[in-house]
Amino acid sequence: MDKAKKQQLAKIAAQVRIDILDEVHAAKSGHPGGSLSITDVMTYLYFAEMNVDPANPTMPGRDRFVLSKGHCAPALYAVLAEKGFFAREELLKLRKIDSFLQGHPDMKNTPGVDMTTGSLGLGISAACGMALAAKLDQRDYRTYAVVGDGESEEGQVWEAMMFAAHYKLDNLCVAIDWNGLQIDGPIAEVMNPTPYDKKLEAFGFNVITADGHDFDEIEKAFNKAKTVKGKPTAIIFKTVKGKGVSFMENQVSWHGAAPNDEQHTQAVAEIKAKAKI
Amino acid sequence: MAEKIATREAYGQALAELGDKYNFVVLDADLAAATKTGVFKKKFPARHFDCGIAEGNMMSVAAGLATAGKIPFASSFAMFAAGRAFEQIRNSIGYPHLNVKIGATHAGITVGEDGATHQCNEDIALMRTIPGMTIINPVDAVEARAAVEAALLHEGPVYLRFGRYAVPVLNDKETYKFELGKGVTMREGDDVTIIATGIMVDIALNAAELLKEQGISARVINIHTIKPLDRDIVVKAARETGALVVAEEHSVIGGLGAAVAELIGETCPVPVVKLGIEDSYGRSGTVPALLEAYGFTPANLVIKAKQALSLKK
Repeated sequence: MDKAKKQQLAKIAAQVRIDILDEVHAAKSGHPGGSLSITDVMTYLYFAEMNVDPANPTMPGRDRFVLSKGHCAPALYAVLAEKGFFAREELLKLRKIDSFLQGHPDMKNTPGVDMTTGSLGLGISAACGMALAAKLDQRDYRTYAVVGDGESEEGQVWEAMMFAAHYKLDNLCVAIDWNGLQIDGPIAEVMNPTPYDKKLEAFGFNVITADGHDFDEIEKAFNKAKTVKGKPTAIIFKTVKGKGVSFMENQVSWHGAAPNDEQHTQAVAEIKAKAKI
Repeated sequence: MAEKIATREAYGQALAELGDKYNFVVLDADLAAATKTGVFKKKFPARHFDCGIAEGNMMSVAAGLATAGKIPFASSFAMFAAGRAFEQIRNSIGYPHLNVKIGATHAGITVGEDGATHQCNEDIALMRTIPGMTIINPVDAVEARAAVEAALLHEGPVYLRFGRYAVPVLNDKETYKFELGKGVTMREGDDVTIIATGIMVDIALNAAELLKEQGISARVINIHTIKPLDRDIVVKAARETGALVVAEEHSVIGGLGAAVAELIGETCPVPVVKLGIEDSYGRSGTVPALLEAYGFTPANLVIKAKQALSLKK
């Protein structure tokens, strides 16, 4: 990836992180930890990978995106707003009674949201349905699904993995947000899903592991995924929960808590300083 | 004797027949031979997708297909569709109001020998709670076929309820017109109305004959669309006959009987007596033995009708 592109993506990702913090701070609730861990991957998808058009959010040939870990809606809304699907001011209405930005993604009322999610395990199955529809219609759009590492404890995730491999959905790419933490603690302690890569391989996936905060690696992984035919790809993105905010990083307590005014100010200042914006 | 065909047979036939006319796809969860979607699969193998024994995934896959403009029929037994996959139906299909049709077969106790784990007497109650869900429980093969086409033409989620057991064909294939959301008066009457759905309609017609012999004039209404309920036909029956009996092969909790009682309580309070499964599970047995054991007989329906009449002011 050339330097200019990388700088541009880093700048957008920093703004997305600030948006996430603004959203959750304004809502006084929500899920900042996992939103911040998947920010770079989602920024890459929407600004360097996916064929989407904010002016025509339901364009039939668009690439599809499903946030299977729907509680990280603040990240999705921030990326969509930055991309121009709706005004950034809307972000501050997250979770408010008159807002279309629901606590978890609602495809019916939010421009750019391809699937309603929130109940874990359901989104990846829906992504399989989208990928199958593309095959049936002989369309070349791709479907991307972001699945949480903790979410993978849901049995339905593995039903979906089986389905994707069985129907050779090579137009499906599952991005795993491997931040290692879930509500009750480290996933290795709550319900250890490792060795995740070997499980995915056994389920018939092409498996790639990458640093989920390095745009070079993110790009390489998504590019490689596109070259593999006959089987779906899963990319295990090693990430840091709360990435970019010193006091949130790797802290399970920030899974579903909003920063107070002081914490919010500090968090935004840190991101601005690091990104020089 | 009228010809007997299971509504699940009609479902499979209808899918195969309508497959030429409409571009839908069919999903099944390793039960294609039993749900009869196998009949469609034989004719349109490229449009039939077995999801294996994974009903939750099947429902969410169906939702994903629907977001891309496909019309999926997702099939399994009622127990594993409405029961096991309730949450997927609620969150992946119902909440985004996606155009998915759920073909649920083997509903109720007429599953027979397989027993309680496979006899779903709760599906109507579960599906009724989902906003925007349409529920159709056809009376016979003719109505089942028509219901499949009506579901195809309806934009939004539909739960189609079919039975395993062969039941009499009451409607004429050539002349029958299916209207979604409209009840059908099968027999006129002034003293009491039996509102029935599915297999109970035939039993209700036989009960009405028995009541006639005792000088009681019973109206019989077939409610094939349980949601949205035909409020007009129900309220009219309450006003004109002053007593209702509701008969269904389903729990008395949350089904058609409950829907009618809820409506009547708020519009035209008259006695509503229910015949259904009384807060209990099914059991193994032959279908005739089970119908007898659970009181799904014309004789018992006569008792219920008289109970309603005795409560009438």
